[in-house]
Amino acid sequence: MGRLVIENVGQSFEKDRGEATDALRDVNFEVKDGEFVCIIGPSGCGKTTLLRIVAGLDRADSGRILLDGETINSPDPRRGMVFQEYSLFPWRTVMDNVTFGLDMSGMDRKESRKIAEEYLRLVGLEQFRDSYPYELSGGMRQRIAIVRALANDPAVLLMDEPFGSLDAQTRNKLQQELLQIWESKKITILFVTHSVDEAVYLSDRIAVMTSRPGRIKEMVDVDLSRPRDRTSTSANKLRNRLLNMLAEENK
Amino acid sequence: MKTKPVSKKGIEIISLVTAIIIWQLIADFVIGNTFILPSFTDVVYAFIKIIEKGVLFTDLSISLLHFGIGIISALVIGVPTGIAMGWFHNADRAADPLIEIVRPIPPLAWIPFAIVWFGLTHISAGFVVFVGAVFPIIINTLTGFKSVSKVYVEAGKVLGCMKSTSLIRYIALPYSLPSIAAGIRIAMGVGWMCLVAAEMFGVSKNGLGYKIWWHYYLHQMDFVLVYMLILGFLGLLIDRVFRWYVDGKLLKWRKGVVV
Repeated sequence: MGRLVIENVGQSFEKDRGEATDALRDVNFEVKDGEFVCIIGPSGCGKTTLLRIVAGLDRADSGRILLDGETINSPDPRRGMVFQEYSLFPWRTVMDNVTFGLDMSGMDRKESRKIAEEYLRLVGLEQFRDSYPYELSGGMRQRIAIVRALANDPAVLLMDEPFGSLDAQTRNKLQQELLQIWESKKITILFVTHSVDEAVYLSDRIAVMTSRPGRIKEMVDVDLSRPRDRTSTSANKLRNRLLNMLAEENK
Repeated sequence: MKTKPVSKKGIEIISLVTAIIIWQLIADFVIGNTFILPSFTDVVYAFIKIIEKGVLFTDLSISLLHFGIGIISALVIGVPTGIAMGWFHNADRAADPLIEIVRPIPPLAWIPFAIVWFGLTHISAGFVVFVGAVFPIIINTLTGFKSVSKVYVEAGKVLGCMKSTSLIRYIALPYSLPSIAAGIRIAMGVGWMCLVAAEMFGVSKNGLGYKIWWHYYLHQMDFVLVYMLILGFLGLLIDRVFRWYVDGKLLKWRKGVVV
């Protein structure tokens, strides 16, 4: 289960002179169990902040977030997170990175290695189990970061522009792989991106945010059948609509 | 390991041999006085003598004992102090003024107190080494901990590593290890100098440093030079072994980095 409810979430930052600016104001939406939702919005609209609040890394000033009815206020292995920056622990091998969460939960080393092995096979990187992160390409690192989060068997996977620093081809490939994982694991995914293409290709619904203070401008349904064609007419039409919405916000 | 071609390896050996020959010639024909400058062969004979008498091994082990006492106690105290200061802001604020006042005092200035507190014992010499070694270890541990990237701490947290002690143990400590290792290297260098000075000042009745002073009183400068060279080679050896272990075993996750 992984039903996420975001209720009246607001957040403000204090500036140097003591004035507060609102980063987020009255954000409301819901992510159903097993749904793939992307958040897009103009830069600086607080989409990463929102995701960090859902992860429990930041606190909201107002409102609350519920996961399957329970209020979130600190990080928890039930919510996996993949960061934009490379976040693999450089001092651990690929295998030890993937088992990290399981080790923390006190699982037996043998068992955690078995689970990690399975996940590494899922992304086709089992032959790199003893490599250190510096030996891997950017795309491989983000694949491992994804399975490291999945190994904890979270209800929700939070992703903060995870493919932002990858080249276009690797990016497309990872998007495909992510969809396969999502379909086989039936996991809820909340995905922040600045790329309209990515949002249209990946999600069931897209939360479009306004510029600061960030609010939900519109929840857009993506009525495209899967597997999706990136260049189909209907995809293009949706992309145009979303781009126009963002352009309005950037004015 | 890449093996160098013989012609390249030769340069180092030729350089060393040339230096020794020039040294020998100057000592024999220019200076001509063993007291001012013992020659290479004088030093070799002196070296053979201290090995034959067996005193070298006593001095060596005593000096290493002093060094070990100092470095190990510096690690035991320095690393946890640096960790506490690097992780807990209040510990940093509390300890920082004390450390900044005590740190600039040259370690050798502690010799009188070392003797008053510990007498002419091994502990006393070890204490002077400790004073020299502990601050580089504290400072480097502290710096390492302060530079831990936020993303690793947050990645740890979302993966279920939430307590301060776990975050220190599984995230901050391994992340800081290169910095701590560099601190230990500096500490060993400083500690080695302090060791010789402490022994020369008579904090101990044995050891390599003590022997330098003793032979100086006897005007046996060839022996003085032997002990000097032994100190140099031993320092080099300790540093090399440490680097080999740390770079090769502990820090192999870092590519192409020189401690």
